[in-house]
Amino acid sequence: MRSPRMRELVNLGFVGALTAVGFLSVYTARQQQIQSTSLVYAGILLALFVLAHVAVRAGLPKADPWLLPLSALLSALGLIEVYRLDPVLARDQSIWIVIGLLGFLALIFVVRDHRRLEDYKYLLGASAVLLLVLTMTVGTTINGAKLWLRVGGVQVQPGEFAKLLLVLFLAGYLREKREVLAFARHRVLGIGIPALKHFGPLVLMAGMSLGVLAVMNDMGTALLLFGIFLAMVHVATGRRAYTVLGMGAFGAGSWAVYHTTAHVRERFDVWLNPWPTPRTSGYQIIQSIESIADGGVFGTGLGKSFQLVGTPPHPVIPAAQTDGIFAVWSDEVGLAGAAALLLIYLLFAYRGFKIAAVADDGFSKLLAAGLTFAFSLQAFLIVGGVTRLIPLTGITLPFVSYGGSSVVSNFALLALLLMISHRAAEGRT
Amino acid sequence: MNRQINGLFRLCAAGFAVLITMTAYWQIWAADSLAVRKDNARLVYRQLEIKRGLVFAADGHTVLAKNRAQRRDGFTIYTRVYPFHGLFAHALGYNTIDQGRSGLELSYNDFLTASNSDLSTELSNLGDTLRGITVTGDNLVTSLSVPTQKAALTGLAGHRGAAVAIDPSTGRVLAMVSLPTFDPNLVVQNFARLNRPSSGSPLLNRATQGLYAPGSTFKTVTATAALDSGLYTPSTTIDAFGHCIGPPQFPIFAPLCNAGTESFGPISLSTAMTYSVNTVFAQVGLKLGSSRLSDYMHRYGFYAPQTLDYPSDEVVTSGRYQSGRRLGPLQQLDVAREAIGQERLSVTPLQMADVAATIANGGERMRLSLVDRAIAPGGSTAYSAHPAPLQRVMSAASAQELTTMMENVVDEGTGTAAQIHGLHVAGKTGTAETGVRNVYTAWFIAFAPVVHPKIAVAVVIENTPLFGGQVAAPVAADMIRAYLNSGVAQ
Repeated sequence: MRSPRMRELVNLGFVGALTAVGFLSVYTARQQQIQSTSLVYAGILLALFVLAHVAVRAGLPKADPWLLPLSALLSALGLIEVYRLDPVLARDQSIWIVIGLLGFLALIFVVRDHRRLEDYKYLLGASAVLLLVLTMTVGTTINGAKLWLRVGGVQVQPGEFAKLLLVLFLAGYLREKREVLAFARHRVLGIGIPALKHFGPLVLMAGMSLGVLAVMNDMGTALLLFGIFLAMVHVATGRRAYTVLGMGAFGAGSWAVYHTTAHVRERFDVWLNPWPTPRTSGYQIIQSIESIADGGVFGTGLGKSFQLVGTPPHPVIPAAQTDGIFAVWSDEVGLAGAAALLLIYLLFAYRGFKIAAVADDGFSKLLAAGLTFAFSLQAFLIVGGVTRLIPLTGITLPFVSYGGSSVVSNFALLALLLMISHRAAEGRT
Repeated sequence: MNRQINGLFRLCAAGFAVLITMTAYWQIWAADSLAVRKDNARLVYRQLEIKRGLVFAADGHTVLAKNRAQRRDGFTIYTRVYPFHGLFAHALGYNTIDQGRSGLELSYNDFLTASNSDLSTELSNLGDTLRGITVTGDNLVTSLSVPTQKAALTGLAGHRGAAVAIDPSTGRVLAMVSLPTFDPNLVVQNFARLNRPSSGSPLLNRATQGLYAPGSTFKTVTATAALDSGLYTPSTTIDAFGHCIGPPQFPIFAPLCNAGTESFGPISLSTAMTYSVNTVFAQVGLKLGSSRLSDYMHRYGFYAPQTLDYPSDEVVTSGRYQSGRRLGPLQQLDVAREAIGQERLSVTPLQMADVAATIANGGERMRLSLVDRAIAPGGSTAYSAHPAPLQRVMSAASAQELTTMMENVVDEGTGTAAQIHGLHVAGKTGTAETGVRNVYTAWFIAFAPVVHPKIAVAVVIENTPLFGGQVAAPVAADMIRAYLNSGVAQ
């Protein structure tokens, strides 16, 4: 049988071929508008992931062989579409991938064992809270949502990192408290409630995500953080009552925010019916849907769809390179390509949960499950948003969307999952 | 914990399955209906790839709107160029990506983009698109006369106001000017400034959307009702009771006076028209009664959207208004004041031009039109306007009597400033109060020649200290002269 690393390399080879074909397609379709640097990008991207492969070979030889190629594939698809929209952004995105890779290497070679992070769970949890509080107080408001933090000329989206920190904290905290949490001390309304001191930090975290919604007007991050919270409490305790209670609390909180925050109310109303305001509040979602619909079953072809207007050319879908990237992708490769992209996420989720299932300690299990769920939920929220399944929120499609914070945090997430899978496989031999 | 982890995976799988279903819904089931939605940017830009039809003046060769080809992101797109800048801005409207379109560019968009059409044109366009050949729209020949339009713009220069000219026998609109005007070539660049309140609303077409008290020009409508109902003849004598009439002798809310210090005794209806005697027309209004007056307003087209081949939301209905809201014809009001064009009457210049045109046309109101014909790229006629009578407003005899009365207005009355050497002109002045002392809305409606009229005109000037006969009548005369000298009228 092939070793995991050989399998990974072969998979990366396939990804490399697909990437080259993708960039070549965009180049052929748009050679009047762009220069022939496209294949260079394919080369750079492949080289970076081969480098990651070499690092994994050295640091985590027994790690899962699927996650790295799947991430490479997602990055490639994203970079192709970002390049198609604006070659300058693709250059920036490549730089972010390099930085993300440096973080990836740091985690593998400096932290080496994810279990060491368990000791710092309160520090990590506090950092998550601090990041969010900083954003709420000194953050920059863009499009009515306060989700940016300016650090030395670079815009950072703290929500992307808070997501990872929250999972790390919850994995550590719940590993320690899951027995006491599962044990009911008092009964309130027929629901067993454990002692408040064990429950307090969790309620704080839950309140935090609602605060994110109310103060930052960032529905995407709020949903993401709360979803992670509920999922991890569920995995740790197996108690359905907590999930029901949590959803009830979130529902009530959302209702209150809907009635007090104009921005949230507008987003929600536009979701229910965007058609009366096609030029203002409904513009983004209508452009998304019409772009998706334009793709049909097989799409217009890479680089051939209608995306750019005006001089200088800008995307017709607002935030096409971030929120709207799935719409652009669906337009160019149709339902076939859109379904394929979603299946890549499902495969990633499958490998991630498998890692959680075979991991032998509670912290690793909770961490792997939490990270995988965070990754999947984020993809679900934004794709659901642009397809008008749920209200559109401003979060990124992991590895695909343009954005530095997103790329760096997703590389960290990938590194952690690979570390867990490596330790689990090592423990078995 | 593995049971829960398994559950989470199943939840994710279900979630992604729903997402694929949702995407499939848009891409398969909803795709066709979304593709043709007006807000679909693809549709808008595909229209830009169409070479829009040219727009010509009535002479058939002066180009009012043409195209400039541009390369943009790999496509050739066409943007509009209007060689006359502000001269035809309101009649033609504009065609932009960012601010949409208006005027004829909007109402004839289907012809201009060759998407009007029957299946064969549709198929040939589809073929063209597939072969990468540019689709060319139909050209429009309007009824607009360049000299008349220029005379109106020059005459109104420095004022806010509007002017409309109509060919009475066909209903063709010969001129439509609104001031302040704007340059339709720069409408996107200047959009914010054009919409600033201080700019005087240049994008508003005052000719079709401006609502003004008609003042004494409305006496033509009152006179129509008086003559056509048989209650009056031009020689019927009415006592003007000096300078003012008022309660308790007359059932009116407040004293009603003649302009300036004018004072009259018993005079004929015709004389009252010549000198625009309010105290006489107020009594005529009282005798006719509100419902009879309303009836004639209906016949003239008040209370209904004007029939014009122009976007329906850019034509405002004339009638009784209060605080911006249109009142029904049966609302209680001071009919004496309405008969002299005050009270709550608000009318558009287009409506008053239509009144003049109807009288000129022997009492028959015609359907109004701005476009004479649309010509397909092959040279065949895709559309042709035919003169269509809409309604007989009054008998030909009443129209003849009214014409003579209006001729007297220009010959010896309040409208002498509209006299044209060697030509008989019929007209009526109007000077409506605005609520501010010595600030008026000045009007003049006219038609000429008196026998076989070729042109009917309405001119309105906002916020002027001068009377309609002083400031609006000369503009009307200039327009009539320009049109009759242009040779088109023969």
